[in-house]
Amino acid sequence: MADPVTHPVLQLTGIRKSYGSGETESEILHGIDLRLERGEFAALIGPSGSGKSTLLNLIGLLDRPSGGQLFIDGQETGQLDDTGLTRLRGQRIGFVFQHHHLIPAFTALENVAMPLLVARGRPDAEMFEQAGRLLDQVGLAERKQNLANQLSGGQQQRVAIARALAMSPSLVLADEPTGNLDTHSADDVFALLREVNTRLNTTFLIVTHDRRLAARCDRIIEMVDGDIVADDRVHDKLPA
Amino acid sequence: MKSWMPFEWIAAIRFLREGRMQSLLIIVGVGVGVAVIVFMSALLSGLQANLVKRTLSSQAHIVLLPPEEIARPQSPAAGISLRLQKQAQRLRSIDQWQQIQARLEGLPNIAAISPMASGPAFVVRGDANKAITLLGIDPVRYSGVIALPERMVAGQLRVGAGEAVIGIELAKDLGADIGDKIRVTTAGDATETFTVTGLFDLGNKGVNARNVYVSLRSAQSLLDLVGGVSSIDISLHDIDEAERLASKIAAETGLTADSWIKTNAQFVTALTSQRVSSNVIRFFIGLSVAFGIASVLVVSVIQRAREIGILRAMGASQGQMLRIFLLQGGIVGFFGSLLGSGLAWTFLMLWRLMARNADGSPMFVIGVDPGLVAIAAGGASLVGILAALLPARRAARLDPVVAIRG
Ligand SMILES: Nc1ncnc2c1ncn2[C@@H]1O[C@H](COP(=O)(O)OP(=O)(O)O)[C@@H](O)[C@H]1O
Ligand SMILES: [Mg+2]
Repeated sequence: MADPVTHPVLQLTGIRKSYGSGETESEILHGIDLRLERGEFAALIGPSGSGKSTLLNLIGLLDRPSGGQLFIDGQETGQLDDTGLTRLRGQRIGFVFQHHHLIPAFTALENVAMPLLVARGRPDAEMFEQAGRLLDQVGLAERKQNLANQLSGGQQQRVAIARALAMSPSLVLADEPTGNLDTHSADDVFALLREVNTRLNTTFLIVTHDRRLAARCDRIIEMVDGDIVADDRVHDKLPA
Repeated sequence: MKSWMPFEWIAAIRFLREGRMQSLLIIVGVGVGVAVIVFMSALLSGLQANLVKRTLSSQAHIVLLPPEEIARPQSPAAGISLRLQKQAQRLRSIDQWQQIQARLEGLPNIAAISPMASGPAFVVRGDANKAITLLGIDPVRYSGVIALPERMVAGQLRVGAGEAVIGIELAKDLGADIGDKIRVTTAGDATETFTVTGLFDLGNKGVNARNVYVSLRSAQSLLDLVGGVSSIDISLHDIDEAERLASKIAAETGLTADSWIKTNAQFVTALTSQRVSSNVIRFFIGLSVAFGIASVLVVSVIQRAREIGILRAMGASQGQMLRIFLLQGGIVGFFGSLLGSGLAWTFLMLWRLMARNADGSPMFVIGVDPGLVAIAAGGASLVGILAALLPARRAARLDPVVAIRG
């Protein structure tokens, strides 16, 4: 297993993605090169349909690229079968989605413990303690036993963030995590992501439409029509 | 969450509980199917056991006869052959029957062995004159083969010297009762007078009109079989083994061995075809239960596509998703079978109340066998899992990207 300290959390070289085949084949991503270091807090912006979600799904190992190489913590992923991808995804990557965040049949606490339960196969006291601590940290200490649909949108998104952190991933991918929230909740959720980043040095890649929020990131990567057209470092606190 | 329960079980149970209405409806659907199967099986096996019991109440499971015995009362021509035999043939006896009896006693599955001297005769009382079958028995041994003591309606089963036990039909024909005298005459013009000591009712009019039981010794002398027997009746613990055992005995002794299965071939065929047709019905009920479970799960997979995608994004493997849905099928089958067994039990109680003979006694006894319930539960769970195979594979192969974008 590659050593996460000496490798970038994420490295993409020449990543391509096409949908369809033959006549109807269309290329969505045209050779993306990208590198994220440990502790980076990066925004991914661009017009709708530019391929941001497609790229995030590839990085999250939910989908396979049509070409190019993808390394997570220095590990090449092209040779992995579905089981290997699933395991790496479970251990190294956390997801926060815009919609349908939680599993409604389970409580907030159980949703946060879910990645641990999936990985370990059986429930144990320790995983619920850890899930409880995470819910405390996202400010939902009082909502642990609520079912997912008994929470507001902002609360659900906080649970989803706690859940994304359950396995202590190297990289958290968030696809428009505030897209569904009012400005106030959006600010709160964004602040929470930032706080986790500072405290745990977790790497974040956040797709957003909101320029105001993007400006509060360390780095802004801009995509247009399946290419990265700009990659600006906003702050100079980044590792070299 | 129960800490001993694997993730797949927890998820399967939560999903079923969340889709409460769907789960309940399909469990009731499975329950009705299982109830019909269990009820039908119990009814059929009760009915068949009752028919077999009635048929065998006046028959031995295996009858051994001398090797080339020709005329046996078996075909519609029985009456004729009986008369021919009476004129033309002397009764044959089984050679060395005591040795054969001793050998049979060593075989497994044999419940009782009863040597018998029997043949045609006439009985006369006053003006009445009847053709009968004279049967010389050892009452203790014979009772092991045919439950005659239970079938006595008057007097007792006692066949000492000069004593005879006759059927109720013959008693009526002769106008004879306990303590009356009857005279028995055979083809060789041997004659003996007997006192009637008991009346039986074997539930078969022909048998009740024809059979006259006397001591083995009296029958031997009347039928000119002194020291010999004309047949050996055998009863078994496992009646289904009758044909196999009969062939084996025939091969070993050189005697003719007729099993009840062979002598009642039409009856046995009828029972078998009844069972086959009920199996066909059971199969189709099982099939429709399976389709019901499968269709509910197919819908559930579509409804839960997003959740499946989220679980996959959190590291759940294809195998885990597969098992979650297989388990849902199995659980629905299991609970459906419990419900079904309960329903079947209720039907059977109602049946017991309603299906009665004219005198108010139960028509025949049927019950829910715990073994049958266990088989139903196991079978329905298995059917549930098999029915879930297709939907579960769909769930496992769902593309998480499509599911999440959903
Ligand atoms: N499964 C698919 N099949 C065909 N085209 C797709 C598929 N998924 C996405 N696309 C196309 O890829 C392009 C990029 O989509 P997406 O990555 O969702 O953009 P964004 O997230 O930046 O709005 C769009 O034109 C979309 O129609
Ligand atoms: Mg998108």
